[in-house]
Amino acid sequence: MNKIVSKENFSENVIKLEIEAPLIAKARKAGHFVIVRVWEKGERIPLTIAGSDEKKGTITLVVQKVGVTSTKLCNMNVGDEIADVVGPLGKATHIEKFGTVVCAGGGVGVAPLLPIVEALKKAGNRVITVLAARTKDLIIMESQMRQFSDEVIIMTDDGSYGKKGLVTTGVEEVINREKVDLCVTIGPAIMMKFVSLLTKKYELPTVASLNTIMVDGTGMCGACRITVGGKTKFVCVDGPEFDAHQVDFDEMLMRMGAYKEEEKADLYKIGK
Amino acid sequence: MAEDRNEVWRDELRKTLKNKERTDIPRVRMNELNASYRAHVREEVNQGLTEEQALMESKRCLDCPNPSCMTGCPVSINIPGFIKNIERGNFLEAAKVLKQTSTLPAVCGRVCPQEKQCESQCIYKQKLGKEAVAIGYLERFAADFERESGKISVPEIPAKNGKKVAVVGSGPAGLSFAGDMIKKGYEVTVFEALHEIGGVLKYGIPEFRLPNSIVDVEIQNLAKMGVQFVKDCIIGKTLSMDDLKAQGFDGVFVASGAGLPRFMNIKGENLIGILSSNEYLTRVNLMDASNEESDTPIYKGKKVAVVGGGNTAMDSVRTALRLGASRAMIIYRRSEDEMPARLEEVKHAKEEGVEFLTLHNPIEYVGDEKGRVCMMKVQKMELGEPDASGRRSPVPVEGAIEEIEVDQVIVSVGVSPNPLVPNSVDGLTVSPKGTIVVNESMQSSIPTIFAGGDIVRGGATVILAMGDGRAAAKAMDEYLTK
Repeated sequence: MNKIVSKENFSENVIKLEIEAPLIAKARKAGHFVIVRVWEKGERIPLTIAGSDEKKGTITLVVQKVGVTSTKLCNMNVGDEIADVVGPLGKATHIEKFGTVVCAGGGVGVAPLLPIVEALKKAGNRVITVLAARTKDLIIMESQMRQFSDEVIIMTDDGSYGKKGLVTTGVEEVINREKVDLCVTIGPAIMMKFVSLLTKKYELPTVASLNTIMVDGTGMCGACRITVGGKTKFVCVDGPEFDAHQVDFDEMLMRMGAYKEEEKADLYKIGK
Repeated sequence: MAEDRNEVWRDELRKTLKNKERTDIPRVRMNELNASYRAHVREEVNQGLTEEQALMESKRCLDCPNPSCMTGCPVSINIPGFIKNIERGNFLEAAKVLKQTSTLPAVCGRVCPQEKQCESQCIYKQKLGKEAVAIGYLERFAADFERESGKISVPEIPAKNGKKVAVVGSGPAGLSFAGDMIKKGYEVTVFEALHEIGGVLKYGIPEFRLPNSIVDVEIQNLAKMGVQFVKDCIIGKTLSMDDLKAQGFDGVFVASGAGLPRFMNIKGENLIGILSSNEYLTRVNLMDASNEESDTPIYKGKKVAVVGGGNTAMDSVRTALRLGASRAMIIYRRSEDEMPARLEEVKHAKEEGVEFLTLHNPIEYVGDEKGRVCMMKVQKMELGEPDASGRRSPVPVEGAIEEIEVDQVIVSVGVSPNPLVPNSVDGLTVSPKGTIVVNESMQSSIPTIFAGGDIVRGGATVILAMGDGRAAAKAMDEYLTK
């Protein structure tokens, strides 16, 4: 059992949770994820770790209410116990001094991007972070990002904050302005697809961190499989980060909908 | 000792019937749930033997001076020893004899391929041209009797020897190792990656073949003996081998199993509705996905094809029937003779209405507009020359391609070793296939690390895994006390 020690509402549907998990807090590195099972009859879902406090023995997760499990998790409160948290899983982000790195985050993908931004900055890179959301209220973790970025560019669909436009507009602006050595992107699959298409045009190496359907998260089930460079890969053990230009995002988007009907039928469990 | 063939009671028991009278008794038939009923429920298919049936079957055993059946058992269970205890009505003693060599007799009695092991070597089969003594049924009977009697014998545990060992994985190899080491006086901690103890016995083998309650009793017994269990802890991720060393563990037994499911890398294999048997069975067994209360989703296919001919394929196809499939098929590229599944599983599947498309090999999947599989193309095969495995290898019949409508495909063509531990330990010798390399004592290239089960074998049976656990316990004990 893992106790929730703090909870913060980033917006109506996006919640930050700090959870007791001392061993994971000690072992985790940027890019790692955990598998969470909320209760005894709960499903296992992957969530990328947004941060940790080794002294307190806690890890931070940022969760968006999407389906049954994420909503149940978001509805839990300080003091509640999560049945299972296991990890850290996946391969850690490859960190070195690349030069200038553009980090493009959208939605809750901004949360797992933070430790990567921090690690890249500490490795001596010039880090330009592009944060994107539909509207101002959905931009999260801006101040923490500013702490480890040389520059933060905010993009909103409706222009209510920062510049009006999509994440790709912000990334392209940087590419046109200066020499960029690497792009790292985390966000909804559709967003990563378009970031990847853009940077491919500029031949800018790009890493995408993928979050797919998983059961065990240890390589056992293959639910997370995707095609990278024409070969089947498992996101849980081969990833979660891949060369974005090699990822078949269309197939990934299709596979993310594998249980759409069943998930819809289950929405009554969260009062919908 | 109870197993001593020369004991007076054994000698007298042999004389109670002439061999001719014994061999004239026909082999017992397992009591089974009716096929049309059981194909829709999760209840265990085999109902076990009654006391009368077990007593009668035990009389068939001739108590041979050189029991060849024992040579067919990977853990050399004293087979005549336990069967003769059944014959004299001492069922609890029979269970004790079993437990001298097998940590999980109630499990093995259910899932061992007896027809390829002990029963294949039985004198009835070898010399008399008759059906073998039903050793597996009798094993199950004795183990079940003991469990249901409420008088489970917990072996005596010696004083602690001051040494600590860790076990990675709580499947059959890990449990067997843990049971042996606790009996040798070690402090034993078993680390499990999943949220349930039992490994493949829980996530893989379905309830209708091996009820979870049976596995849980065995685990509780180990816990009573003092074995510590830690769930949600992945060695190589949550804790490293160095962490274990720092915590004072003197030795580590790696039994992390065969993790990665294999796929065939054919066109359309990543369509929605095509999944590994590991995923399918884990959702249904471990996550209880077909239960309305469970949050884990499962697609209940109507026209389900299972690719493969092993026990896991049979478990998957029979699960599909139980989840409401109107058509459940086995697609296997060789003929039925080459199928690796236990005979009983094939028999049960057929009785329940599973179609067997043998000598058929999938070559492509086609999806609908939503990306869900709706059709598979299969190539008809014929048998050619024997291949490396000694089985006749299938070759395509030119031009003979069939199209089959499906809405779910379960790929059950084998597994590869779980890479988590091998990848996380420096200096550990790993084979090109990803298995941990060990010597005849199950010791790896790092002297304090031993390994066994599927992480060493690449995909085998429960009993072989248990045998490895046993061998590793003996060898590690010798290593740590020398």
